[in-house]
Amino acid sequence: MQLSAVNINTANLSAKNITFYYDHNKKLIKNLNLNIKQGEIIGIMGPSGCGKTTFAKILAGYYKPIEGIVLLDGNPLPIKGYNPVQLIFQHPEKAINPRWQMKKTLQEAGMLNSELMVKFGISESWLNRWPNELSSGELQRFCIIRALNDKTRFLIADEITTMLDAITQAQIWHNLIELIEKRNLGACIISHDLELLKRLCTKIINFQEINSQA
Amino acid sequence: MTEIELGLLDNFENNFKFNSFKFFKKQLLLEVEDLYLSFIQYERGLRKKEIKVLNGMNLNVYSGEIVAVIGSSGSGKSLLAHSIMGILPRNSKLSGKIKFKGSILNIKNLEKLRGIKIALIPQSVNFLDPLIKVGKQARFSPNSYYPLEELRKIFKKYNLNTDVEKLYPFQLSGGMARRVLIATAMISDAELIIADEPTPGMHSEAVKQTMKEFRQIANSNKGLILITHDISSVLDYVDRIAVFYSGTTLELTTAENFKKGVDFLYHPYTKALWQALPSNGFNVLEGFQPLASDINSGCPFAQRCNLATEKCFKNFPHMQVIDNIQVRCFYAA
Repeated sequence: MQLSAVNINTANLSAKNITFYYDHNKKLIKNLNLNIKQGEIIGIMGPSGCGKTTFAKILAGYYKPIEGIVLLDGNPLPIKGYNPVQLIFQHPEKAINPRWQMKKTLQEAGMLNSELMVKFGISESWLNRWPNELSSGELQRFCIIRALNDKTRFLIADEITTMLDAITQAQIWHNLIELIEKRNLGACIISHDLELLKRLCTKIINFQEINSQA
Repeated sequence: MTEIELGLLDNFENNFKFNSFKFFKKQLLLEVEDLYLSFIQYERGLRKKEIKVLNGMNLNVYSGEIVAVIGSSGSGKSLLAHSIMGILPRNSKLSGKIKFKGSILNIKNLEKLRGIKIALIPQSVNFLDPLIKVGKQARFSPNSYYPLEELRKIFKKYNLNTDVEKLYPFQLSGGMARRVLIATAMISDAELIIADEPTPGMHSEAVKQTMKEFRQIANSNKGLILITHDISSVLDYVDRIAVFYSGTTLELTTAENFKKGVDFLYHPYTKALWQALPSNGFNVLEGFQPLASDINSGCPFAQRCNLATEKCFKNFPHMQVIDNIQVRCFYAA
């Protein structure tokens, strides 16, 4: 999959010729290209250890690629201020400050008192709890809505429902997809569950096919 | 009740296919009957409060079979495992019966059984002691150490070579750590094995491999309880399914029925669970699972059930047996 020059007029998130490694003898991601248009939901599959999570972190600006660049509408990701590319992590218990009450986590993202809380089933009483007093499924709902600020334009979801049962998984995805469509966001969903991706995505990509290292 | 029950004969024949190399007599290993569990907490000063967490748990496990325990987080799956192993915190109050091979399990005989006849495969590598080499840890037994030859034999079986014995847990990869955990449980030759969510985050090939290993364990006439929420990927390897909700067992059904489809399931919650799978409709059931302590009377599922009547909100339904399926619903038939 080779990308042509980025068209600045179409809103998109594109990863261009990304190379990344933790150990320079073993390149994890090599010359990877991916383009996500606004309004598009892309699913990514691949065996564990092939670099999906690392790639998700690169897309959202958490890691700087060793070679290549991530462009949002043709520009690099902003260094200051709100990042319009938001990542929802696989392990919510590791992504939330354990010494903050839940309401502070939402306040930080400017998402307190929103109607989204009702939609994703967060009850008012949870706001005063500490993260260790909630289950990972409950924490994940906080992680999802804190990524849904109005300024968010692209969502990267890295295995966000593996810890949930089928009914809660369906609930969360129905709400999230509805919201993505309503706001015309772009999304990249990483999962091992092909059936789930078939339900959600407009396009499914095998990570090893776009990663020339594998 | 150690002999095989008449009604389970069909299932028995199915299992016999798996056990083609050896004939085993099917035996009732574990019986959990109407288990209630609550935690006692201090509210303010010396005033105590009882928080109900398990509310009517039923489960039985025969030798040679895998029983999958499914339910959302907070439904009491892990607490049941901890109740069986006797590793609950001190402030817990347990009532109901847990029987192992016909005799009631209490703390006294549990100490003789766990680690020897009953083993737990914990959820993650975090359960290994980070400061002890894995070879030594795997040899721990309640009384002394298992002999080294035994360890080598079991490590070889799970593709762990002798170098692994000398490694510390942080030096293992995820897959290796899981095999060490399984080996640690298997070295004891336990008859009942409880595996607590062994597969999340693994890709489908690795899940299949793990499940094949579990199937092999079960085929050597052992009973296995598999706690999971990923039904679709384990369905092909398990014999029966127990569905938990808010600390209550709602249905004990067979994997066959679950595969056949929604018409072969009895409880409305099990049906909703089936329909919510991405492969079967991906339908949403409105509402959220209540906490066991918030339910004062009636069926825990009543609020979200479309069949619920006044009776469901008032009375707690008892387990009914329909065609060898146990179900806790007034309107199951």
